Formats: sequence, structure tokens, C-alpha cells
Amino acid sequence: MGFASFIPEATATEAAMAEAIRGAIGESELQHGKVKLELPPIVENGNTVSLTVSVESPMTEADHVESIHIFNQKNPRPYVAAFELGSRAGKARVSTRIRLADSQRVVAIARLSDGSFWSDSVDVIVTLAACTEQ
Amino acid sequence: MARVLINLPSRAKRGEIIEIKTLIAHPMETGYRLDSTGAAIPRDIINRFVCVYNGDEIFRAELFPAIAANPFIAFFTTATESGELVFSWTDDHGQTQTEVRQITVE
Repeated sequence: MGFASFIPEATATEAAMAEAIRGAIGESELQHGKVKLELPPIVENGNTVSLTVSVESPMTEADHVESIHIFNQKNPRPYVAAFELGSRAGKARVSTRIRLADSQRVVAIARLSDGSFWSDSVDVIVTLAACTEQ
Repeated sequence: MARVLINLPSRAKRGEIIEIKTLIAHPMETGYRLDSTGAAIPRDIINRFVCVYNGDEIFRAELFPAIAANPFIAFFTTATESGELVFSWTDDHGQTQTEVRQITVE
């Protein structure tokens, strides 16, 4: 199986990512800061890429992170994952492993209990893309 | 039943913030790959993960095909009381696998 095994038309674009983000945050303003997205800057294997999102928050009943959303620019679909937490989490930090079909930007967005949205993004270079080999 | 790994402390102090790491064996077939005859391989992923601590939902994840095979999720919670944590993973066919772990809080 070579590159032909990947269906090429199904690729998220900048516009699709922006639309997906808009769908998640609505008309709210997206502010930079508070969120820290950690991904390796250079990825040898796009099939499994470690990702950690942490958010500066006291995680109290009055002020905590409600959800964390991950988006990408160039995979077939822009949405990667959504995590719902709450004040009981104690620490707003979530880790997972994702696929990256190409070198691209990954965006993390956090929704806080006051309704505000905060984000961070990382540009990742992928040398072996996910989906292109069996 | 898929193989599951869950890592959390068996004992914790009251109020301690503990990390919970989970992994389930699953191909997370994206639906974007073709088989050797050129036919699309149907999507088959775990799309939901939920953790319930003594009846209260403490964490939920909605997953898409961009999550790597054998989905790994790590998160935190506050050890509030002794009891059980129930972990459940649901796939595209609506099948749910559930695992239970005990924690002692002192």
C-alpha cells in the first residue's frame, strides 16, 4: 500500500478548521494565553504523536476549566478531540496521542467557567505522515 | 473484550490530586483508508470515553478519527473519598466496555 491508499479529497483546510472552531466556541472571542499545548516540533511518525494540554486555572468551583478542544489544519477532519472536565479535576491537564496526516498547525482551546475561551497553537513538522501507509 | 490498561494510585490522601492514565487496545480505523481492492475500510473508532467516580461523572472525552490507535488518555482528579472509579469506552457500533477500579482515600 502506497500513497494511493489515502483518499485525497478528504482534507481539512484552514477554512474547515476555522469553521470547526467557530462551531465549538460560537460567537465568543478567542483569546491567546492561559493554555499551553505541548507537541514535539518535529514528528518522525505521524501515526502516534504525544500531545498534552494544560491550562492555568485555580480549578475552584468559581473559576475552573470546563472543556478542552483540539483541532488540526490538514487531517481529513479538523476536530481531534473534546475533553470535559470540571473543578474536581484539581489540575487542568490532559494528555493523549493523535495522528497527523501532514506538517501542520494544531490548536488547543479551553472553555473556562466564566464562558471565556483561550487558545494556544503549535506548528508541527511531520516526516512520516499518518494515513499514507498501511 | 479489548485489553485495557488503567494506571491510578490504589491509595491517596483526602484532597490529593491524582493522575489517571488509561489505554484501550483498538485499531481506531479512520474510515479514510482503502483496502487492497480499493474499497474504503469503514470507520470504526472509540468515540466516547467517560470516567465516573462514586456515581459522579468526573471526566468525559469525545474522540474523532485523528486519535491514534490504542487510544491513550491521561487526566487528573481530586481524591475525595474511598470508593470506585468506573471507566467506559464506547465504539461506533454503540458497544461499551466498562472497567472498575477501587481507590482508598485516607
